[in-house]
This record gives sequence, C-alpha cells and structure tokens, in this order.
Amino acid sequence: MRELNFPFDGKDIIRRRLALKKALLSDGTVRVKKKVAVLGGSTTNHIVSALELFLLNFGIEPEFYQSEYNKFYEDAVFGNPELDSFGPDIIYIHTTSRNLTLMPESPAEKPERVQQRLEEQFGIFRQVWENLIERYSCPIIQNSFELPLFRRTGSYDGWSVTGHGAFIDRMNVMLSDYARNAHGLYIHDINYLSAVCGLSRWHDAEAWYLYKYAMSTAVIPDLAYSLACIIKSIYGKNHKVIDLDLDNTLWGGVIGDDGQEGIEIGPETAVGQAYEEFQSFIKGYKDYGVLLAVCSKNEKENAILGLQHPSSVLSPSDFVSIKANWEPKDRNIAESAEELSLGLDSFVFVDDNPAECAIVEGQLPMVQTVNLSNVHDAMYKLTRGGYFEVTSVSEDDMHRSEMYKANAQRAAQRKEFESYEDYLLSLDMNAVICGFKPVYIQRITQLTNKSNQFNLTTRRYNENEIHEVSVSPDHICICGRLLDKFGDNGIVSVVIGKCRGKELDIELWLMSCRVLKRDMELAMLDELVRIAKERGVERLNGYYYKTLKNNLVSELYGSFGFTRDSLTENGDSVWHMDIVNYENRNKVIKIRDKENSNE
Amino acid sequence: MNNNEITARLNEVFRDVFGDPSISVTPSTTSDDIEDWDSIEHINLVAAVEDEFGMRFKMREVSGMKNVGEMMNIIAERGK
Repeated sequence: MRELNFPFDGKDIIRRRLALKKALLSDGTVRVKKKVAVLGGSTTNHIVSALELFLLNFGIEPEFYQSEYNKFYEDAVFGNPELDSFGPDIIYIHTTSRNLTLMPESPAEKPERVQQRLEEQFGIFRQVWENLIERYSCPIIQNSFELPLFRRTGSYDGWSVTGHGAFIDRMNVMLSDYARNAHGLYIHDINYLSAVCGLSRWHDAEAWYLYKYAMSTAVIPDLAYSLACIIKSIYGKNHKVIDLDLDNTLWGGVIGDDGQEGIEIGPETAVGQAYEEFQSFIKGYKDYGVLLAVCSKNEKENAILGLQHPSSVLSPSDFVSIKANWEPKDRNIAESAEELSLGLDSFVFVDDNPAECAIVEGQLPMVQTVNLSNVHDAMYKLTRGGYFEVTSVSEDDMHRSEMYKANAQRAAQRKEFESYEDYLLSLDMNAVICGFKPVYIQRITQLTNKSNQFNLTTRRYNENEIHEVSVSPDHICICGRLLDKFGDNGIVSVVIGKCRGKELDIELWLMSCRVLKRDMELAMLDELVRIAKERGVERLNGYYYKTLKNNLVSELYGSFGFTRDSLTENGDSVWHMDIVNYENRNKVIKIRDKENSNE
Repeated sequence: MNNNEITARLNEVFRDVFGDPSISVTPSTTSDDIEDWDSIEHINLVAAVEDEFGMRFKMREVSGMKNVGEMMNIIAERGK
C-alpha cells in the first residue's frame, strides 16, 4: 500500500490507521501469521498499532501480546502465564534510555564504581534475554539506547567518566558485543534512528509525563517501520534485486545522446563524483546477496558502453540481467523475474523518472519502486526504505550473484545437448548431503523462511528451532549442497523428518528454485531413505500443504513413487512409500564422500 | 476561524481516528458518547487534532478537557 511505503506521512498513518488496517485486511493478500510479544519499558500501544500496519503491508499478519506498563523485566525473568499461553514467535523488547536506572549520579564517582554500574545495568538486560531465550527459544529484538536530549555539562557529558551520554555509548557497545555472539538476538538501533530523526524531534517530555511514551508520538511510525523491517528480514521477506535505470540514475546525462565521453561519472565534476559514489554504494550490495539488474530504455550497445566508461565502478559483469531496449519497463522487469525464477515482489525498481516509476507501480503493484530524482540523496532514500534490511549474513549471500550468473551459463550450455540427461551429465554435478552442521544453521533457517515454490509444507523455522531438531534423537535432518563445473550452489535443499516407530513423517522438504530440474531432489531422497533404513524405518509419509505458490510440487511425491492416501478439497494431500525394497533414483549427481569434502 | 469550520474539521478528525463515518460531534460530546474513546485513543485523538489545527495542547489541557466544547474553545483560541 502506497501510504505505508517509505517515505510515509506518519501523522496521516496514525490518524487513519483504522481505515488503512481495514483496507489491508481486505486486499486479498495471503499473509503469514506471527505472534509478536512486545515487552515494554514504557507505553507501547501506539507502537503496536503502527507496527501492525507496516507488518501487514510486508505480508505478515501479526497477533500481539503487550506486557503491562514497564513490566518487561518481570515478564521475562519471573515468567507470565499469559505470555506462556500466547506462545510468541518473536519478542520485541521496547526499552529506551528511560530504562537505564543505574546511571552515574555524581561527578565524584570513580571509574571502578561506574564500571560496576554498567555491569549491573547490562546484567538486567542480559537476564531478560537469557530467560526469554530459554523459555521461548524465539528471536528477540532489543532496542539500543538513544542519547538524551540535553546534557548538563555539554560535550563533557559524552566523554567523561560519569557522563550520561558516555554511559549510554558504553551500554550500546556492550549490547552489540553480546548480540553478535548470541543466537537469535537482534538489535533495533534506535540510537541511529533517533539521531536521523533528530533528537529534538524524537524526544518529547510531554509525551513522557502525560502518557509515559519514551519518544514523541510523531516519530512512532518511524520506529515501527524500522522495527517492521527487521521482522520482515528475519522472516525472509526482504527484496532481492535492485533493478536500475541507467541514464541519470547510474550516471549523469544520456548515453545515447552524449556518448561515452559525454556522460558524467568520475572525479572530474561534482555530479560525476556523486554518481561514482552512488555506483560504489550499489556495488557493495552484492556482498550482501542482493542481485543487481539493469532496466533501461537504450540500445543495448550504448548501455554496455556506459557501463564500460573508465570511471564506471559498476561493469556489465556485475549485473545478473541487463535489459536495455525500448519495451515498456514493466515488461522488462517481468521478463527478468521470469529468467531469474524470482517473484516480482523481490524487485526494487530504481529510476530518476517519476513517470517510469508510476507506470511500473501501476502495472506491477508488487514491485517496489524508488524514484531517485537527486543523486546526492539517493543512498539515504534507498537505505531508509529498508528493502534490504540485513539481520544476518551467510556465506551464501556473498556469492549469490555469481551463482545466478553461473545459472545463465548453464542455460546457454543446455542448448548444445541432444538429451536433457546428457546435459545434466555434462554439468559434472557433485553433492554433499549431510546433517545440519552448525555452520549451516543460519542458511538452513533462511531457506525455510524464504522458499515458497519448491516447499511441500511451507513450515517456517527460526534458528533455535532448527538447532533443536538438529540435535533431536527423533528427527532425521539432512541438507544438501550442490556443486558443478560452473560453481558452488551452496546449501540448496533441506529435509526434516520425524520418526514414529517404523514410520518417518516428512515435516519439511524444500529446495531452492535455482537448482530445479537437476535431479537434486532424487539425490536427497536416496540419502533420506538410506538414513531412515539405518534407523529401522520402513515407510515414509509425505505431506503436501497447498499454498498459492507451491503448485510446482503438488505431484512431487507421486513422481517419487509414493502412493496418495488422501486429497482434501483445498488441495492438501498425504502420501506414503514403503522403502524396504527402495532402489536409488539419482543417476546424474555424484555423492561426495563426506570425509574428503573439505567440510 | 468560526465555530462551524472548527466543528467540521474536528468531525473529520474524529471520524478518521475512531474509524466511524457516522460520528457527529457537538460541544457537549464526551468520551462516554463514543465507544472507543478510551485513554489510549485519546492520545491518538490529541495528536491528530494538534496536527489538523497546527497547535499543541498544554499538558494540563490534555488531561483536563471535559468535553468537545472545551477542546473547541482551545482550538478557537490557538488553532490555525
């Protein structure tokens, strides 16, 4: 919904929130349901109202629990039956510097005393997280601490032993140090957010005295939006592609008119510097797994020429798809989506021309458009939108771009073979299939949250849950990594089964669409059967739960040779297969010996 | 700004905040007359009224207004 896209009118959102909520709930979107517990150190009602709207807009339908006023510590540490029965999927701890109760009181305090205060203060929060993780094993989001509006001693407050600003800074460092090493704890950086909103706009003493709000009601939508970005990122709902216009977006001028020597990029002019910096910034997204694409009205040769400019930071090989032609941009975006096997809702389209943005928005409402009319504030606009909010970086993210490009090479090779099997054999595929090793937990969690098409049950797991099944004696968990002569695809398939006597219920079977039609699913089945037999299992039970996106695998178990036991009206089905006389199905992928796989 | 204009603009704010297009406020309207007007919605209402009329209520006023009439008097005095 446009009203809820960044940059939004926060006041309007608060005023019309009931109408907006109604419109969102009746727009026909299918959303994942999540239970969000908000444990506050100050009033949280309006934060919840605004958060609800932004989450709905991101495809998440939240149900909320709110602690009583300032009972975040009690709820977490002593437990609360109401919270227990709510069973949160995610917990947000909304605390602020108002909750720092142990700040230094006198300039006479010695450094050791202040250190003691810090440890004690930090200990309160650590106790909260540890208790919550133990009780609920779900992701926890914790606010950092914002700077105060005023400082009795001026700048000295920020660097003296007993300054409050200095105390807050040190708390924030302790917070990040802890969170980096804790699983499932995420920092919501209101220290940045309050600065970017302006501390004088952020703080509102009246709101505190009247309602016990720790910030102005005017910035609550900003807070809720940035929080919603973290939540959607945790649930794998980030965008994946930046699809960029060229002329006056990645360089100044029009390559078709001005020629390679005429466009502005590089250190010679102010405008050229701005575009150079913007290009470097965009290029940096690749390391976080964001794919870059071009969508430009240009002759293809000219587009390439522009990207080959000596000062161009981006080169043609940085893009997974380059569409430079005179077709409408919405059509080009749709084609890129098709070629990359990605949903349109993965795309962020960036153009300096508001008319192009409007056309794309009109034709493809699922595509997020960003109109960058001024290159100098382009980076700010793009990042505040939170389209690529990062909550963790997996090894896989850093190589995603190469993997998609390797896919394009494979597609080119496919055309040269007589039979599909010849083609598959020519790829020289190797797979490593193993249990959930600790290094893979993050990637596995990520896959369970973002795979929609090749996903039989669409069951979502958080990191703690993945860890739990990986050590559970009742579960068989395998993940598969596929390599071929064009590169390493990383972990692409995950299967989780639960043993029930001589039967195994397959609770999760998913595969990344980037390795469709490579017989990887057969290699996974072979391995699953092998391990299941070792455990004395004689029969596999498969479940297909139909969603809007997983029609692709409605007959997967049938193709494996399972027998269908039931089919409900809504399309769900249950299958089984006896495995006593199972023979391996995979013929094209070599299974690597785990001992020699450099794992 | 005359009373009619204040009433009309204020009415729109009430309808938006309480999500009820049938609301019609008068000077004697109180929180008892509108089902969802509790202390939490009051905060939304105050923020939306302040935004609509480009003014701020004083702390004492926020918790002290007895009915819509008192709100209108303050708006007439300081609103834009």
